[in-house]
Amino acid sequence: MAIDEKMLEQILNKYPAKVKRNRKKHIVIRDIEKGAQEIEANTRTIPGIITNRGCAFAGCKGVVVGPLKDMVHIVHGPVGCAYYSWGTRRNKAKSENPKENFLNYCFSTDMQESDIVFGGEKKLAKMIDEVVEIFHPKAISVSATCPVGLIGDDLVAVAKAAEKRHGIQVLAFNCEGYKGVSQSAGHHIANNILMEKVIGAGNLEEAPSKYSINILGEYNIGGDSWEIERVLKDIGYHVVTVMTGDGSYEELKNAHIAELNLVQCHRSINYIAEMLEIKYGTPWLKVNFIGIENTIKSLRNMAQYFGDPELIQKTEEVIARETARIEPVMAQYKKICEGKTAFCFVGGSRGHHYQGLFAELGVETILAGYEFAHRDDYEGRDIIPEIKSDADSKNIPDLHVTPDQRRYRLKISDEKMAELKKRIPLGNYKGMISDMKDGHVIVDDLNHFETEEFIKILKPDIFASGIKDKYVVQKMGIPSKQLHSYDYSGPYAGFNGAVKFAEDISMAFTSPTWNFITPPWKNKPLLDGKIVDEEAS
Amino acid sequence: MLDSTSKQIVKRSGGVINPAKTCQPIGAMYAALGIHKCLPHSHGSQGCCSYHRMHLTRHFRDPIMASTSSFTEGASVFGGVANLKTAIKNVFTIYDPDIMAIHTTCLSETIGDDIPSIIKSAEIPEGKLVIHANTPSYVGSHVTGFSNMVKGMITYLAEVDVEEKKQQVNVIPGFVNPGDMREIKRIVKIMGIDSIVLPDTSGVLDAPMTGEYTMYPRGGTKIEEIKDSGNSLVTLALGSFASSDAAKELKRKCNVPEVSLKTPIGVKATDELIMSLIKKFNKEVPYELEEERGQLVDIMTDTHFHFHGKTVAIFGDPDIVIALTEYILSLGMIPVHVLTGTPGGAFEKEIKAMLLEAGIRANVKAAGDLMELHQLIKNKPVDLLIGNTYGKYIARAEDLPFVRIGFPILDRSVHSYLPVVGYKGAMRIIEMISNALLERADRDAADEDFELVM
Ligand code: SF4
Ligand code: SF4
Repeated sequence: MAIDEKMLEQILNKYPAKVKRNRKKHIVIRDIEKGAQEIEANTRTIPGIITNRGCAFAGCKGVVVGPLKDMVHIVHGPVGCAYYSWGTRRNKAKSENPKENFLNYCFSTDMQESDIVFGGEKKLAKMIDEVVEIFHPKAISVSATCPVGLIGDDLVAVAKAAEKRHGIQVLAFNCEGYKGVSQSAGHHIANNILMEKVIGAGNLEEAPSKYSINILGEYNIGGDSWEIERVLKDIGYHVVTVMTGDGSYEELKNAHIAELNLVQCHRSINYIAEMLEIKYGTPWLKVNFIGIENTIKSLRNMAQYFGDPELIQKTEEVIARETARIEPVMAQYKKICEGKTAFCFVGGSRGHHYQGLFAELGVETILAGYEFAHRDDYEGRDIIPEIKSDADSKNIPDLHVTPDQRRYRLKISDEKMAELKKRIPLGNYKGMISDMKDGHVIVDDLNHFETEEFIKILKPDIFASGIKDKYVVQKMGIPSKQLHSYDYSGPYAGFNGAVKFAEDISMAFTSPTWNFITPPWKNKPLLDGKIVDEEAS
Repeated sequence: MLDSTSKQIVKRSGGVINPAKTCQPIGAMYAALGIHKCLPHSHGSQGCCSYHRMHLTRHFRDPIMASTSSFTEGASVFGGVANLKTAIKNVFTIYDPDIMAIHTTCLSETIGDDIPSIIKSAEIPEGKLVIHANTPSYVGSHVTGFSNMVKGMITYLAEVDVEEKKQQVNVIPGFVNPGDMREIKRIVKIMGIDSIVLPDTSGVLDAPMTGEYTMYPRGGTKIEEIKDSGNSLVTLALGSFASSDAAKELKRKCNVPEVSLKTPIGVKATDELIMSLIKKFNKEVPYELEEERGQLVDIMTDTHFHFHGKTVAIFGDPDIVIALTEYILSLGMIPVHVLTGTPGGAFEKEIKAMLLEAGIRANVKAAGDLMELHQLIKNKPVDLLIGNTYGKYIARAEDLPFVRIGFPILDRSVHSYLPVVGYKGAMRIIEMISNALLERADRDAADEDFELVM
């Protein structure tokens, strides 16, 4: 069943007028004839609406900064914010020296009433001192939570003083949860500080080997990054750093030496990608390692960028080897999944990224959207100049970088760049909408009410989202796949990840447990003879 | 695992490392879900609400519905009055609950939003209710938040409209699972006593799969029942940290006498619950319950050599840990470290009294954290660790058998459906403890010592 404007109108009519007007702009039914379609995004969620969105703190500490394994991440605030962002995201990491991996720890200043009244700076300084004494980290991050900004604790000053005392970097993130309208504000804040304070702080001037790259916006959920790196290393790439899955502060400092930056999650890291280009002359390439076709395309684009015949050949060899290995397995799973439909509502990039993988399994994504993306993630970067800033986005400062006098180096000539840009998404992301078919629905900041309504009409066979929707949907008898945490499975990226995903999705479809939802006594009349009797009478 | 945790304990005062508690609003949200057709509402930035919903969902593996005031920077500066009014209007129009239970967050508390006066000036549809509780996370813990919300229910809703108290009991079960609330209701029911259990998340957060989703499942304490709680003969507050305040409020507001008991975990605490019911209602204990008790004691005796004399570290929420410690002692086990993240001198006092009576010395600590617990264990090793999911890091680091009891449990399932309270729950706990210890014995045994019968 498809949906048209009239049906959409009917759904929205349940809303109070103001809400209706607002939500209407966040929902688009794809109409290719119309050409470019506009969607509203990155604006406030209306109070009272049951949204999936989180806060700037979650985007900063939880998403971008938290995965850096060799730093201690202190959360300055009451205990909750630190507690919920402890071990819940599945950003895996391993270290040769386990004493340099602090990801299983949770550090909170655990502010008490007196700290709120008299200020928490002293306590924070104390915590930093204790952490240095006990853990000897190479660097520390301090993230602010909502009350901190309000009571006026000066995180930057505390961090600066601590740097002097201890001789290590202490990064202050003013990522109070009320900033911006979602996690997205936190990504931006994190990007700014990492760029300003960490990237480039290393003393390497040149990459140790050919084909040196950074992977940006890859968080190693369920081991995704390890699978991607396996393939890249096999082809001959040298990965300088991953931002920030299994990432390390030490490696991040030298991110400036790479020849190319790959951008997996555009939303959370595009700021750094852009700034790296301005400051060091390193172009970025939009990649997508979710799904076989997308992985192959990304690998080929990378090879095109470097343009070395040997690299191109090795790329093809690896692609041939990997596909030969996994295609027969995928074909088996496809038999199970073929002809089904999906909703895919995730984060700021996965809502788009997973559509290709679903399609490879014969599953059509009929509704998709993001939780905290901006218009460019939907409509493509070309519309960025048109995006109006509002009171909420103005609160997040832009960091303006300039070319680094010593280290700026054009990695490829302007002509080559222009020529490549025609063929590969160099410095560009075309967004989700252009990949969606006629009649498909795009929803920004999908909420609980709309989830229920769209499911009733479109009846998807699987719903890909997060933990807060998962059991709502499963209660309706529809399988649900968490695409933030992968339901504790993974990796889903790259070649092996595609197989794992196919296996998991097939499991969701074929689990015999679905067959028991209706008790047998509700299926058929209890007394076989009764109907006949009634008919006879 | 946790390789940076040293044996040497350095005194700390800058905060917590690996907390053994979380913040008030999550407890308030959980409590509010125990009212039938209630939508909890988080008055603050949407991040808190998101975190609390996620964490509760992971523990219960069931939908956790709650709305938020979605503060922005403007609201944080000028206050959240407009946000809350808009939210109230939208919630009733779109999600149509019978009652909305508002709790605050650190942010709205720091701003100082006056919730009662906002509620008064808000548009609330005829016949619908809005209640609230202040839940500043910089005070107490998630248990405090639970307690505050239950108290709020009484403050707003409990009434007296009969001359003579009814022959019915109020039971405030505390911060326990729906399976526990179900079990408590069952016990009171087979005693032949009418009860009002509040809050009651059974039938809400352990709702069955039917192929249909309903935002407000069948379970939960009905608003009428909460109103009627003012007419009850007595209130049993199970667990003083989570339940006493509400019981005291019932006493103050409706003159319902309060009996403060432990969470009924283990034979002694369950006995006490039943004795209180006998005393107040003049009832005989039915054979059914006596049989259960007998079975429990039979199991305790038959298997005592599985656990007797084993040393234990216990951590978690104060009410649960207090009762568990008592039960552990009844089993002949030896508590060595007993810790809660929630602050409160009453915790240390109560446990120390129990230990004194048993002639056992142990480390007892309120407002502690898991880093400290881990270090204590390094200094004085134990045979078994009992606590919530977060204990698994310590269990792995120290290679300890580990039994999961408490909140939250994020890495195992079914726990929210089955009780740890009552005689049945006590049997379950023995099963968990015995299995953990015996699995370990099996794993570690040399071939020649590997036994078929144990
Ligand atoms: S800000 Fe306060 S209420 Fe919100 S998650 Fe953090 S501790 Fe909890
Ligand atoms: S208090 Fe603020 S920073 Fe913490 S979870 Fe809530 S919204 Fe986020």
